[in-house]
Amino acid sequence: MGRGRAAGGALSAARAGGGGSRAEPGRSDPPASPRSMAGLGGGPAAFGRCTHAVVRALPESLCRQALRSTPGPEVDFARAEREHQLYVGVLRGKLGLQVLELPADESLPDCVFVEDAAVVCEETALLTRPGAPSRRKEVEAMKRVLESLNLNMVEMVDENATLDGGDVLFTGREFFVGLSKRTNQRGAEILADTFKDYAVSTVPVHDSLHLKSFCSMAGPNLIAIGSSEAAQKALKTMQQMSDHRYDKLTVPDDAAANCIYLNIPSKGHVLLHRAPEEYPESAKVFEKLKDHMLIPIANTELEKVDGSLTCCSVLINKTSEL
Amino acid sequence: MTTEVGSETEVKKDSEQVGQDKAKGKPEEASETPGNDKSRKASSEETQDSPVPAPTSPSSPSSQKKEKDSSESKGISRFLPPWLKKQKSYTLAEPKDEAKKRATGEEQIAEEGESHPSEGVAQPKRSLETVAENNAKGDDKEEKHSVSSAETQPAKEDGKEIEVEKVTEEKEEKEKRETKEVQTAESIPQKPPKKIKTVQCKVVLLDGTEYSCDLEKRAKGQILFDKVCEHLNLLEKDYFGLLFYENSDQKNWLDSSKEIKRQIRSLPWLFTFNVKFYPPDPSQLTEDITRYFLCLQLRQDIASGRLPCSFVTHTLLGSYTLQAEMGDHDPEEHRSDYISEFQFAPNQTQEMEEKVAELHKTHRGLTPAQADSQFLENAKRLSMYGVDLHHAKDSEGVDIMLGVCANGLLIYKDRLRINRFAWPKILKISYKRSNFYIKVRPAELEQFESTIGFKLPNHRAAKRLWKVCVEHHTFFRLLSPEQPPKSKFLTLGSKFRYSGRTQAQTRQASNLIDRPAPYFERSSSKRVSRSLDGAPMSISDQSLLRDFHTTRGQPGGDKIIDLEAAGQAKLKEGGIEDDGSPLKTPQLELIQDGKSNSLRVDGENIYVRHSNLMLEDLDKTQDDLLKHQASISELKRNFMESTPEPRPNEWEKRRITPLSLQTQGSSHETLDIVEEKKQAEVGIEETLVIDETNKGKIQVATDAGETCKVEHLTKKDSSSLPSDSSSSSSSESEDEEVGEYQPHHRAVEEVIREEQEEEEDVKRKEHEEKIQHVEATPEGSQLTVPAEHTQVAAEDLVQENTTTIPAEEKNLSEEIKQDLYEEKEEEQLKLNGDVSHVDIDVSPQIICCSEPPVVKTEMVTISDATQRTEISTKEVPIVQTETKTITYESPQFDGSAAGSAGVLLSAQTITSESISTTTTTHITKMVKGGVSETRIEKRIVITGDADIDHDEALAQAIKEAKEQHPDMSVTRVVVHKETELAEEDED
Repeated sequence: MGRGRAAGGALSAARAGGGGSRAEPGRSDPPASPRSMAGLGGGPAAFGRCTHAVVRALPESLCRQALRSTPGPEVDFARAEREHQLYVGVLRGKLGLQVLELPADESLPDCVFVEDAAVVCEETALLTRPGAPSRRKEVEAMKRVLESLNLNMVEMVDENATLDGGDVLFTGREFFVGLSKRTNQRGAEILADTFKDYAVSTVPVHDSLHLKSFCSMAGPNLIAIGSSEAAQKALKTMQQMSDHRYDKLTVPDDAAANCIYLNIPSKGHVLLHRAPEEYPESAKVFEKLKDHMLIPIANTELEKVDGSLTCCSVLINKTSEL
Repeated sequence: MTTEVGSETEVKKDSEQVGQDKAKGKPEEASETPGNDKSRKASSEETQDSPVPAPTSPSSPSSQKKEKDSSESKGISRFLPPWLKKQKSYTLAEPKDEAKKRATGEEQIAEEGESHPSEGVAQPKRSLETVAENNAKGDDKEEKHSVSSAETQPAKEDGKEIEVEKVTEEKEEKEKRETKEVQTAESIPQKPPKKIKTVQCKVVLLDGTEYSCDLEKRAKGQILFDKVCEHLNLLEKDYFGLLFYENSDQKNWLDSSKEIKRQIRSLPWLFTFNVKFYPPDPSQLTEDITRYFLCLQLRQDIASGRLPCSFVTHTLLGSYTLQAEMGDHDPEEHRSDYISEFQFAPNQTQEMEEKVAELHKTHRGLTPAQADSQFLENAKRLSMYGVDLHHAKDSEGVDIMLGVCANGLLIYKDRLRINRFAWPKILKISYKRSNFYIKVRPAELEQFESTIGFKLPNHRAAKRLWKVCVEHHTFFRLLSPEQPPKSKFLTLGSKFRYSGRTQAQTRQASNLIDRPAPYFERSSSKRVSRSLDGAPMSISDQSLLRDFHTTRGQPGGDKIIDLEAAGQAKLKEGGIEDDGSPLKTPQLELIQDGKSNSLRVDGENIYVRHSNLMLEDLDKTQDDLLKHQASISELKRNFMESTPEPRPNEWEKRRITPLSLQTQGSSHETLDIVEEKKQAEVGIEETLVIDETNKGKIQVATDAGETCKVEHLTKKDSSSLPSDSSSSSSSESEDEEVGEYQPHHRAVEEVIREEQEEEEDVKRKEHEEKIQHVEATPEGSQLTVPAEHTQVAAEDLVQENTTTIPAEEKNLSEEIKQDLYEEKEEEQLKLNGDVSHVDIDVSPQIICCSEPPVVKTEMVTISDATQRTEISTKEVPIVQTETKTITYESPQFDGSAAGSAGVLLSAQTITSESISTTTTTHITKMVKGGVSETRIEKRIVITGDADIDHDEALAQAIKEAKEQHPDMSVTRVVVHKETELAEEDED
């Protein structure tokens, strides 16, 4: 998104403590083409733009130690790896993103779910304080890699704040933050302080792990939403809170509502969604999106530990030069 | 009286004197002498208005008492042939004296009730003086009298609503012929240029400079505002306003329609010119100069931190600021520190400045106007753009912020948005003491609306918030150019109203701006000229320069005149426009029978009338008035001649806004007022009921602190229906700390906003159709509601009475058809019944009730006399609003004839609107007893600033109506005037 040039530069020491103060940009970039700079992400038209993706390899510890909301079948690690490699392959090969892949850390069984460690919007990155204490260290590696991208960095240092990136839905116009077991009000406040340009509304999330466990953006103005009662209720809340009216794409399966929308210059609307083998009915719904380039991706193994498509990457639109 | 030049105090004295005389039953002349004496004494006082003798109506064969009537009313009434004169004028200003008279005869009330806002200002002074003169009566009384005596009062004539009804076939109902002379009280503004005391006034402009001017001490806000706008060469001024600060942080908007002095009281005459309504899309502004001022405001907002921005946005906006103010980046001129003199952010850093400088380089070639536009395009997307924040606590005492914006009300906790209420969702806004309430539509599947309360730091804060909400709702939500909302809403609770134009109106007006773009200097324009050396100057800018001299310094007075002319022109056009816009809702009219004290519902929309009236606030000069009277008289005569027979005497409905208890203390008088108000409010709420029938909800609110709500469950989901809600009553008479406002939602597609759910659109359309039918309320179907609705109390959100009577519509409608007169005890039902008018409509789209009645009742009576008196505390705002309704009708067609309710063939409502007038034409075709009857009701609302000639407009309207439908006869003319008398914000 951010078409505005970032204040790039050396690792600017960003901090957002309890007050969530804005990070100071560390340096100056050469000016980008001025006319294209629309500010505030350039508006809806720029939604989904992406140049970089941060991913992380799976640790073997994931199979047994990853947090999971419900006990169930064990993760087939090999298959999980294959699926993940396919996922990364699509981002890198098919979509041409610069993929920054962090190595796995066996001491962090959930580290593959990088989304929870950072929220990046335009040129600003908020390093979160994940709700699960066992995951807090995941942020360190994320911080390093984001610093290398010269983003404006804000860290969530308030010990009362928790925030998982999985609870943050950015629509291009505003943020919705799910208040869940993993994310609290304070965390949402810091997010609001970090991204001052945007409205940040809170949405109660009760029955699922994250807000994005049952919804995501499927287009510039399109919210994909699951059919469960909880999902529909959350959608209503979001609609009520928003000055903007979104289109909605309702899919039968909550898990399938988590998809990844990208706007790739050479390819237009791109949507990564769950494979028809997993959620055939939902896949049919996605297939009705005629304007989208649809890329089905299986996620059978990580789903067992509450992983979804968006969980496995942090997408960044870096418009300024590095 | 006297024509001598009098000071302000003189006037007051005179009026006081008159009032006293009245009370004593003495002829006016007696008072003259003392009044003059006083005036001499007070010659040192500043003066704005000078007393001019008010001519008593020559044609009126009235007794001396009648001669005392205010000149205004005479002005109209005297032209009426006696046979047609059925006086139904009723004035509720602060009629303290009225209680007695009302008891005896209501007609006399009209004579007295003229109160003037100007009166309140000089109270202390006056009282002293009056004491000297008149000892027998208490100061309060005297003041009251003075208020009520109209003769010497400078009138604020706010506006008139004119209704012209034509009936092709009229029923023959000969009723007692009313020979009574029509006398209405109208105060005449008298402003001879006399020694005028002026005050120096300072206004801090958006560029930080100060503008000062001398104002008459009693000037209204509009005067100052116009001066400032003229100074700024700003035409699109409706987005702006003047602020004054009570404390360092308590900002208040100066009300244009009220005297400045009353608003600021002891505060210094120091104001700040600010953006009041942030246009959601600044690109739609017509002139660059307007955008420039908006930019200046936003730069202030951003630099002060009121408008939070990210770092990136700070730098981007800063760079556009530089481009606009300094032109292209010039490496030679613009050294590294050239930026430091600008403030782009609350905490500006070196990095930020460097970044801004870099971005500035990239904007090469942008003209200042283009740079401003880019600035605004980015700024408008900020989430807090145009959000006016107010501190509050929720019901649990948690600190929150309430943000009022173009789309509705936002609730924040810290930085997080935790709720949002779009205007369409809000049924009513009110405040009581330090509490602020919103009533919201039921959510899907819910039956009842809910009321949400917030605690503000104090009463004033609550009122401020309420006013801001009312203004924003009105400005942004009402009145689209093609299908203008009936009115800018209004509130009964407080007299406050938004008196300006709505966004739709101002856009419309802006389209008419026909001047070369004015040249203006940006704050650093000197540098601009240097830096612009290499850069091409835009064509428009050059033309601006060229035209600078010719366009600059246009006197504000001219503009006003233009507006007036426009308004009148519109009036003339006010014929039936066959656009079929289904805007009209059934109108209710309260007609009070002098003796029976009954209210009659007559099928007119009181709400609209009222609200429109509240928007009007005019001063007239004596000369103007006389002139107008003359023209009107002619029309009246014509009108009269064409009308067959007189009708039985009836009291016209009157409308009142709450009166303040605080200043004027006689309690029994207050009681009386309260009662009257209640009646009026009943009518209002009835209107509301009808309106809301469309969406299945009915609400009846009256004055005494108890509210009856009647909900009709309909097949429709009510949540998305457009509601024409009327301004609600408020219990201000007993507690002035209450204000209510019911947002008026229009059933016009154009009004549908983005934020509404998709389903709503559909439903709205459906309802539009329905409304067409519902709206037609044949005059025949009149409901008479007993006048003494003392138990029906003002809506108190906290203590609300909710009555749900879903299934009763049919019965009620039958009642209506039969024109039943209902007993007081049944009044709630009756009110309910009003709603059922709708059922008269034969159309298949009639809403039916599918569920059995459910009645929930909770009664709370807040007010008794004692309590009321007690409530008049310091915090009670002093607002006096005068409402006057005069009805002239020809006898043959009487609403009671409605007993034989006809069959409605068709109904149509057409509304056209111009800047200062709203014309609503309501056509009903009915078959009654085999005779088909076409009935056209026209409602012309003239709203305007001081110089609009209401009488002329009225005359024109009547004439126009006659010309348009030569084959029809005019059966009734109702003139309703609303004048605000005193400043509301006294505490």
